[in-house]
Amino acid sequence: MHFGLSEEQEMIVSTVRDFVETEIYPHEAEVERTGEVRPELAEAIKQKCLDIGFYASNFPEEVGGGGLNHLDFALVERELGRGSMALTHFFGRPQNILMACKGDQIERYLTPAVKGERMDALAMTEPGAGSDVRGMTCSAKRDGGDWVLNGSKHFISGADHADFIIVFVATGEDDTPRGPKKRITTFLVDRGTPGFTIRDGYKSVSHRGYKNMILEFDDCRLPDAQVLGEVDGGFEVMNEWLYATRITVATMAVGRARRCFDMGLAYAAERKQFGQAIGKFQGISFQLADMITEIDAADWLTLASAWRLDQGLPANREIASAKVYASEMLARVTDATLQIYGGMGLMDDFPIERFWRDARVERIWDGTSEIQRHIISRELLRPLGA
Amino acid sequence: MKVLVPVKRVIDYNVKVRVKADQTGVELANVKMSMNPFDEISVEEAIRLKEAGTATEVIAVSLGAQQCQETIRTALAMGADRGIHVLHDGDLEPLAVAKMLKAVVDKEQPELVILGKQAIDDDANQTGQMLAALLGWGQATFASKIEMGAGEAKVTREIDGGLETISLKLPAIVTTDLRLNEPRYASLPNIMKAKKKPIDQFSPADLGVDPAPRLETLKVEEPAKREAGVTVADVAELVSKLRTEAKVI
Ligand SMILES: Cc1cc2nc3c(=O)[nH]c(=O)nc-3n(C[C@H](O)[C@H](O)[C@H](O)COP(=O)(O)OP(=O)(O)OC[C@H]3O[C@@H](n4cnc5c(N)ncnc54)[C@H](O)[C@@H]3O)c2cc1C
Ligand SMILES: Cc1cc2nc3c(=O)[nH]c(=O)nc-3n(C[C@H](O)[C@H](O)[C@H](O)COP(=O)(O)OP(=O)(O)OC[C@H]3O[C@@H](n4cnc5c(N)ncnc54)[C@H](O)[C@@H]3O)c2cc1C
Repeated sequence: MHFGLSEEQEMIVSTVRDFVETEIYPHEAEVERTGEVRPELAEAIKQKCLDIGFYASNFPEEVGGGGLNHLDFALVERELGRGSMALTHFFGRPQNILMACKGDQIERYLTPAVKGERMDALAMTEPGAGSDVRGMTCSAKRDGGDWVLNGSKHFISGADHADFIIVFVATGEDDTPRGPKKRITTFLVDRGTPGFTIRDGYKSVSHRGYKNMILEFDDCRLPDAQVLGEVDGGFEVMNEWLYATRITVATMAVGRARRCFDMGLAYAAERKQFGQAIGKFQGISFQLADMITEIDAADWLTLASAWRLDQGLPANREIASAKVYASEMLARVTDATLQIYGGMGLMDDFPIERFWRDARVERIWDGTSEIQRHIISRELLRPLGA
Repeated sequence: MKVLVPVKRVIDYNVKVRVKADQTGVELANVKMSMNPFDEISVEEAIRLKEAGTATEVIAVSLGAQQCQETIRTALAMGADRGIHVLHDGDLEPLAVAKMLKAVVDKEQPELVILGKQAIDDDANQTGQMLAALLGWGQATFASKIEMGAGEAKVTREIDGGLETISLKLPAIVTTDLRLNEPRYASLPNIMKAKKKPIDQFSPADLGVDPAPRLETLKVEEPAKREAGVTVADVAELVSKLRTEAKVI
């Protein structure tokens, strides 16, 4: 066993850290204030990322990506996690699922996404179907040789900047011994397709400027060429490619927790009350001890789950553990840091209140904490027949 | 044309430097180390010369402990072609560094050596000048612009009064100032390639140089804390305080 980073990994980490500190941090306050990322700023970040060959670093070199494995990519995202998500969104990491593109789709979607010419978003969730993905009612029906989509999706991140959306819809229902079960198909839908509308979603307490949008399909007609993977094969596509996205949440939580912790540590060493640094009070110092212990634990849990994927080992439970632990660790660390800052922790003069707000969504998206615990416990109990 | 770029491993500029308890130096244990920022500017300039077709090869050289190889790798990841490492574990003073760089120059025969004007750890601002003297080459220090011509370089220098432009015959020494360029990030493809680029290693003895320090450090202390200022009511009070309290006029 070896717990150190290779020279390449060290350089990847220091380069992305530098990038985030230099190109992202200075613009965070503006994004918080306006709730928007100026198009010129978005374009500049994207272009710089393209210039240094980090755009689509999660894609294989054969399709023009950076060729990083899951572990190396987790290190990239850990550093990105330090910065505002609204901004690091443009440090492009298209959905891996685009590797399922075939034939013409490669030229129309995969290649432009990897080159940063077209941005993607991914839509599963509906008002009536969140954790229960199969409960979706957005549907596609055959009409002649085409498909006609109807229904809506909500909470779709990045759809405001997306040129096309990867959409999961119901294309039928099977009767099974355990009741009816939806068949799902994945479609590639271009912005501007007649019958397809992207509109503003809700205002979220977390990640200002990283917008979630509502998609509406009203007799939206699509040819077979827009089907990603096989017809009725949506679940296979999902399982093969979306498996790893929970590592993103976990590793970004670790990066953000470290940034927040470093500020809390410095504040505890500097802020004086009752004639001494508050870090000298055990009530504060033991909190710091617990925080760093949890951050390290989440870090290793996450990197180990990514490593398992690279080794081709079963990783579903480990990734779920990393996701639930890291996101809940971030909540505790941001809350404790805010407490260390006292009243100033709540004020937007410091980014602490933002870290604390941003942390909240991490326990919800990409599968809630409850769903992760469900996954973990099912894997343990099912083999025992329970 | 070969370009040689010396790169020094120093405490990262973001680190709050602390003096060791025994006052023999500054705390280096568990402290983040990086390439001297002025040297990053040198590497950037050399790579730009290569991209412009003026330079054919960029060689990064670092002197010091084994970890200096990380600094060389950073230069390689920015785009330098190969590295030279002179392994030495003790302190190195500018004169010893300049002598060893001269030996490397004798071996490699570059036409241009681009150094940082100073390193942010000891702020000596001597190595480039000493190297020029040892080699008998022309030098342009504090460069904010470099234009290469046939067998010569035109360099704009930052001097007290403003800018000075001088022309010097190659081979030559240039030291970089902050405004020369904005160094690039290492690119992912170059990071992946850096490992495969060669780094030759030498000892000071291989280069025929005795690196023993000639200076003895007696004591290292933190600078005195600045005292809080006072607001004066008007110019008259300012002048009076400058005269009676600060005693500077
Ligand atoms: C800001 C934001 C951005 C998002 N971006 C996207 C996106 O880009 N694309 C996309 O498709 N989706 C996106 N989502 C949706 C996200 O994945 C869902 O919010 C998440 O899956 C939970 O679904 P829900 O909100 O409908 O909650 P529900 O599923 O209604 O859950 C409500 C509560 O019930 C609990 N619960 C549900 N089932 C069980 C169970 N079996 N056992 C125990 N407890 C259970 C949940 O844990 C939760 O606490 C985003 C969400 C947010 C908030
Ligand atoms: C929105 C808001 C409104 C307010 N309104 C008023 C008002 O109207 N009038 C007014 O007078 N004040 C007001 N306050 C001030 C409030 O009472 C203080 O914020 C509070 O007393 C904490 O002080 P502090 O923020 O300076 O934190 P600090 O005292 O600096 O505390 C920082 C951290 O150190 C911890 N700490 C400090 N000492 C110890 C110790 N001995 N042992 C262990 N831990 C310690 C604290 O618990 C905290 O976690 C307000 C504050 C806020 C945020």
